[in-house]
Amino acid sequence: MTPAFVPGQRVRIADRDAPGHVRTPVYVRGRIGVIERVLPRFLDPEREAYGVNAGTEVRLYRVRIPQVALWPDYRGSADDVLELEIYEHWLEQAEEDAR
Amino acid sequence: MSDAHAPIETAVEEPDYFEVLVESLRELLVGKGLIGSGEVRAMVETLDAHDPTIGAALVARAWVDGDFRARLLDDATAVVEQSGIDNYDHTRFVVLEQTPDTHNLVVCTLCSCYPRALLGLPPDWYKSRPYRSRAVREPRAVLAEFGTGVPDDVRIRVHDSNANMRYLVMPMRPVGTDGWTQEQLAALVTRDSMIGVSLARTP
Repeated sequence: MTPAFVPGQRVRIADRDAPGHVRTPVYVRGRIGVIERVLPRFLDPEREAYGVNAGTEVRLYRVRIPQVALWPDYRGSADDVLELEIYEHWLEQAEEDAR
Repeated sequence: MSDAHAPIETAVEEPDYFEVLVESLRELLVGKGLIGSGEVRAMVETLDAHDPTIGAALVARAWVDGDFRARLLDDATAVVEQSGIDNYDHTRFVVLEQTPDTHNLVVCTLCSCYPRALLGLPPDWYKSRPYRSRAVREPRAVLAEFGTGVPDDVRIRVHDSNANMRYLVMPMRPVGTDGWTQEQLAALVTRDSMIGVSLARTP
């Protein structure tokens, strides 16, 4: 399956409550970042944790977020970044003018 | 003075909640025949057989072999599997290169994800709540506490190992090591330098 996002594309990580085995940390929900690289597809841990381990592969991406966008009082370079892995169903295209 | 030959363990402590949980689960799985006690022992042996010398050998080879370095950075999983390393849980790896412009630091904020096939079991501090929360929040302060000052004009990339990939940091080769053998170089590559909290040893 073709990845929905490409490296360099601006994305917004969904801001939603989700119970269970969710690998999207709360501190990045709702944040805007850039696709750092496209990773393979993996079993969806949110379903695998409940024994559903067949036919649930979802695309994984590495997303890069500026540290100053995560923490308003961040102490460090404006170039410092946080990178982490986000599943496709947690991503949406970010509007270009969003900052 | 106390008796120097006294046993170190003076009191038998009660197992904590998680020790009871783990033991109960193991007994149930073995008791119901879902796994054998031999499998548990074999897995413990596998875990014990992996330590940071495996990662250090990869880094040292990359320092002396440019083609290997390029392949390691491009597809670390393939290199690991071609290197005869027992990738016992089929982990996928990403190798991150320290450069004069960029310092990489690895953390798992959600639990304790770690490249165990390359480094063995993670140190206790890596699993601690302060490290997991502060490494993403104030990486420069955390690095300073490890004795690693990162200049302001060096970008810090913090990698939250939150899902499927496992990360190994390739430290920079120290100056003054020209002509060193791969084995000599590997001794400079510490566990902490492959997590990113410190630099490689200097000669």
